[in-house]
Amino acid sequence: MAGVLILEQALNGLQFGLMLFLLAAGLTLVFGVMDMINLAHGSLYMVGAFLAAWLVALTGSFVLGVIGAVALTALFGMALEAGLLRTLYARDHLSQVLATFALILILNDGVKMIFGNDLALSAPAALAGPVELLPGLQYPAYRLLILGVGLALALLLWLLVQKTRMGALVRAGASNREMATAMGTDIPRLFTIVFGIGAALCAVAGALLGPLLAVQVGMGENILILAFVVIVIGGIGSIRGALVGAILVGCIDTLGRTLLQHVLREFLPPQWASAAGPAIASIAVYVFMAIVLAIKPQGLFPARG
Amino acid sequence: MAIRRIAGFVAVFATAAPSNSTNVTGVPAGSPGTPFCLPKAIPTIRRHRRRTATLHPKGLPAMSTCLSRPAAAAAFVAFGLAWAALPAHAADKVKVGFVSTLSGPSSALGVDIRDGFLLAVKLAGGKLGGLPAEVLVSDDQFKPDVAKQLFEKDIKRDKVDFMTGVVFSNIMLAALPEAIDNKTIYISPNAAPSSMAGKDCNPLFFAVSWPNDAYHEAAGQYANTRDLKSVYLVAPNYQAGKDSLAGFKRTFKGQVVGENYTKLGQLDYAAELAEIRAAKPQAVYIFLPGGMGINFIKQYVGAGLGKDTTLLLPGFSADQDVIGPVGPAMAGLFNTAHWSPDFTNAANVKFVSEFEKEYKRVPTLYASQGYDAALLIAAAVRDTKGKLEDQGAVLKALKAAHFESVRGPFKFNTNQYPIQNYYVRTIGSDGKGGLINKSFNEPILKNHGDAYVQGCAMK
Repeated sequence: MAGVLILEQALNGLQFGLMLFLLAAGLTLVFGVMDMINLAHGSLYMVGAFLAAWLVALTGSFVLGVIGAVALTALFGMALEAGLLRTLYARDHLSQVLATFALILILNDGVKMIFGNDLALSAPAALAGPVELLPGLQYPAYRLLILGVGLALALLLWLLVQKTRMGALVRAGASNREMATAMGTDIPRLFTIVFGIGAALCAVAGALLGPLLAVQVGMGENILILAFVVIVIGGIGSIRGALVGAILVGCIDTLGRTLLQHVLREFLPPQWASAAGPAIASIAVYVFMAIVLAIKPQGLFPARG
Repeated sequence: MAIRRIAGFVAVFATAAPSNSTNVTGVPAGSPGTPFCLPKAIPTIRRHRRRTATLHPKGLPAMSTCLSRPAAAAAFVAFGLAWAALPAHAADKVKVGFVSTLSGPSSALGVDIRDGFLLAVKLAGGKLGGLPAEVLVSDDQFKPDVAKQLFEKDIKRDKVDFMTGVVFSNIMLAALPEAIDNKTIYISPNAAPSSMAGKDCNPLFFAVSWPNDAYHEAAGQYANTRDLKSVYLVAPNYQAGKDSLAGFKRTFKGQVVGENYTKLGQLDYAAELAEIRAAKPQAVYIFLPGGMGINFIKQYVGAGLGKDTTLLLPGFSADQDVIGPVGPAMAGLFNTAHWSPDFTNAANVKFVSEFEKEYKRVPTLYASQGYDAALLIAAAVRDTKGKLEDQGAVLKALKAAHFESVRGPFKFNTNQYPIQNYYVRTIGSDGKGGLINKSFNEPILKNHGDAYVQGCAMK
């Protein structure tokens, strides 16, 4: 029975990790290729979730709603990049932090003005029940969908980055931007496309996680911090690093919350065990990040060097 | 320049209030023999010029007006008497500060309490107990520090007569000291922690809802009647969460196979549900109000746990705010509460029909509590004939609670928490394609108080 529990928790960790990967991938590309810290990445996740909730309510179809939200958020991201963020590339990281932080506040209030404080988003009815994976292990169908989409997108990104010309340009830009520019790549267009892809990935994460977590103003901030931890662990500019880092963070968080509880419950009263468990699990993620930085300061799979 | 001087004068005069103040020289005002003096002007700091205080040889500032101590005292007393001699007139309106959670995943609760409260005011023609009512509504955003600031604003700036509205116990416990320290009455339409029922009870605090443990004690008793032998418990890790599971365990006679305190506001319960599946209990009892409960129940059904395990709920996780988002999966679930929309007493029939007419939705138990809170305040205003300055009389009238509650008979215990019946409800069809709570006639707990009243010093 403990085996089934661990397996189920591992699946939970993987699912959470893959969603983190979608956010981290966009973030690491932007940071790696354009050398820009984009704090508003979490807000794109929020915008994607709100658009999905709104479109699903409008069209009545979950699939149409998600696809529409992804397209609209990508367009919004590209417009944002071309209009505002382009001016930040030349500036130092602190200016970028300040500007994108202001963007978070503006987007939070903008979304509140347009959509209100929160919107309801439910998983499609067909996926509301469980699927029997193994005898004794019933896993929610919707989470399996998230796992599937996450893995598919990871594969797609890998294909894009490794096998296409644009992917090669992205890798070149991440490795050495000056040289890539000198070699004649159309940097502004590349950047806009990269940002659009990042925004689209955020929107997928937002739309898929919407039914599990709540679609509300400010939902991007918490997950953004974890995304930053992921890209630091994985290595800036590296998609592979983002994937590995995200899965590691997801598993450490979930398994830590549950396995740790069992261990702590042997020694402490239930309230303390249940409070300490999640707290220590979230510290565990940062401790792990610190250890990685101590051993490999560039991250696990650095894009440069 | 002149404005600064005037401001300076006002500041000094204000600080020269009787007792405990020092006059400009730093000599305690209470020491005999020193004259009381208004300084000529507050020295203004000018740039490039050191400020020098011009001192009288005896150590007092250059003075223009000086009164001898007894004369000053007489002046103050005369002023005070003149002020007090103004006729003690009844207040011309009732001001209520309403702070609640109106945004975020659990906003439905605060919105319902607010809507219930405002409906009662509207049905009385914009009045409470005969006096025109002004209700100042603000949103604590589920944050204790924001609530504290809003309390301070309502009490100190707007000088409200009553504070009310907070949904969550942790937020209320953080903001309540603002009211208590400033001698403002707080009527709780929801949060009613065990600490305030027992050793921390306060004459200014009235819980018009229920003691926090009550629904859970009723649920524990109901689990006994259903002959359930093993139960897994889940609640958020805060005061009300701890109260809830303590209450359930107080009455439940079977075995608790697991007790999980989750993070307050947590919305993803995948890990906890896996634990529940591994523990294989006969029933699961949760206290997860608002958005937390909605997500848990959705994920519970999604994980396929509903088939083998009975889900028992307190009314908090089984009312319209949860039924709506969760949907048909709620049908047939049992829950415990002090109120149900199908109660047949006259006050409730009026409340439910007016609420549905005004807001186009079925009221939740939260709305009924907001409505009752307004009725309680109205009764106190009416019974003191609007003399709200006499707080002793107001407190007495509140404790007597002569109003027609939508739940039926209402009575306060000595600790100002209700003594009332608790009922089992089940979720069934409302005949219009939706779901609604239906109560069983016989209460599961009758005239039930709370376990903490012994610890309260009030009698």
